[in-house]
Amino acid sequence: MGRTIVEKIFSSHIGGDVHAGDVVMAPVDRVMIHDITGPLAIEKFHEMGAIKVFAKDRVVMLFDHQVPADSIPAATNQKNMRKFALEQGILNYDIREGVCHQVLVEKGFARPGEIIIGADSHTCMYGACGSFATGIGSTDMGFALKFGALYFRVPETIKIQGEGKFPDRVTPKDLILSIIGEIGADGATYKAVEFTGVAFSDMDMSGRMTCCNMAIEMGAKSGIVPPDSTTWRYIKERKPDIKEFSLSSDDDGIFCNSIEFDVSTLEPKVAVPHNVDNVVPVSKVAGTPVDQVFIGSCTNGRFEDFREAIEVLGNNSFSDKVRVIIIPSSKEEYLKTLRAGYIEKFVLAGALVEAPCCGPCMGGAFGLLAPGETSLSTSNRNFKGRQGSTEAMVYLCSASTAAASAIKGEITDPREI
Amino acid sequence: MRVWKFGDNIDTDAIIPGRFLIYNDPKELALHAFEGTRDEFAKKVSPGDIIVGGKNFGCGSSREHAPLAIIGSGVKYVIAESFARIFYRNSINTGLLPLVCTDASTIPDGAQLQLQLENNRFIVEGNNYRTEPVPDFLRTISEAGGLVPYARKLERVI
Repeated sequence: MGRTIVEKIFSSHIGGDVHAGDVVMAPVDRVMIHDITGPLAIEKFHEMGAIKVFAKDRVVMLFDHQVPADSIPAATNQKNMRKFALEQGILNYDIREGVCHQVLVEKGFARPGEIIIGADSHTCMYGACGSFATGIGSTDMGFALKFGALYFRVPETIKIQGEGKFPDRVTPKDLILSIIGEIGADGATYKAVEFTGVAFSDMDMSGRMTCCNMAIEMGAKSGIVPPDSTTWRYIKERKPDIKEFSLSSDDDGIFCNSIEFDVSTLEPKVAVPHNVDNVVPVSKVAGTPVDQVFIGSCTNGRFEDFREAIEVLGNNSFSDKVRVIIIPSSKEEYLKTLRAGYIEKFVLAGALVEAPCCGPCMGGAFGLLAPGETSLSTSNRNFKGRQGSTEAMVYLCSASTAAASAIKGEITDPREI
Repeated sequence: MRVWKFGDNIDTDAIIPGRFLIYNDPKELALHAFEGTRDEFAKKVSPGDIIVGGKNFGCGSSREHAPLAIIGSGVKYVIAESFARIFYRNSINTGLLPLVCTDASTIPDGAQLQLQLENNRFIVEGNNYRTEPVPDFLRTISEAGGLVPYARKLERVI
């Protein structure tokens, strides 16, 4: 009986042949905690009677949601986490590196065939590296910190076959928004999503991260791109000693659904308030005035996104009517963007460029919206109240569409700039 | 048991907005449960009340603050047509029981609901409803009172 890539990853960890639907206790290769879900995870770890984490070199801690601390409770949470990291001898990047998912991937902590869990729903992004990665809650994380393992129901897999070449100024973000629009916000609940086909094998790692990152927005447990030469090159730049191996679904592996997308006919897309699966072509909402544009987050805060924005920006300036907030997702991405001269261009065009962090994405820190305001954001969620007031509107889009709209002061098709 | 009825795709930002995730205490979180979405909830909810949702209840982030805010309100059960995966699991882990009922959308807000857990059913205004049984491995955790009491008894798992 053939197996999917996810069934193979679980089988290798269990040391047996497992299939979708099996409930297994699987060892985890790495775990990640941050400043929002970490404090509760540590509390649960102690409540479970644990003293030492299962393996101190397999735990990564960092702070990204509320950095630098913007309130006394946030500062206290971070202080307590620092103390835990010191006691346990675990790696703590603190506020220095950026958004958790970007940092884990770029530091080489997500490798093909691994099982990685993070106390954050967008942990599924590491599937871009060929890992099975999923987001969990704090109590599950407390359990994993204690035992180095967790219960999993091995998921069925939906195959997304991407064909064709992207037209100009149409990006992986437009593709993943289209996929979510078709599958729906709960269409992949409990399932894994495997992204295959030429559209994905031609895609750079940044685009793959964008797609895997948003798998949760259709309810999926994980998104995964089978590792290929692009993946291994990226991993080897970070972990030169790693040995390459092949990992993919069998031809006779069983998929619960298979959907094809031709990207060559794709248009720029926008997810309109207040659900991520409310996806329409940009042209349908073009002309909608915007108050704030945010280019950043683990979804689209990489050098490649900023390069897209710079190409659209050209010699234009951002509209005075719009607050443009640009936040690279990590120190590495920040430096690449800085060295390319893009930061200076953004600042001169009228943007506010912030240090790596989650920024307005979660609505917990700065860049909040007032009632009646509209934000266009390259992040991953447009839920009511996500970026401030529940009477504000959040639209999601690519960096190209965000830049075009920031120039015009209204939602704009990037192909028209 | 009064029903607090919500619609489809109630996300974790609606249950507890991001700006309150600096708090970890269920009682503190409960003060802000559904703030901006349904302000009367935190003010009027009574211990023993039940939340009823539509499809994909609890979608979005992994924040365990969402089930904790509900628990802090004195609510012990959430009934919905379907649940988002992480919320469902977080609920079981923290001692909030999520019950799947495919007819949940027909239950009116403010109704009185009688739960008969042992029969996997409940009654609203004389009508019988069935809930799907909780999967076996999660029921073990639920019956232990959540993942913390379950894990306290274990030395190792692999």
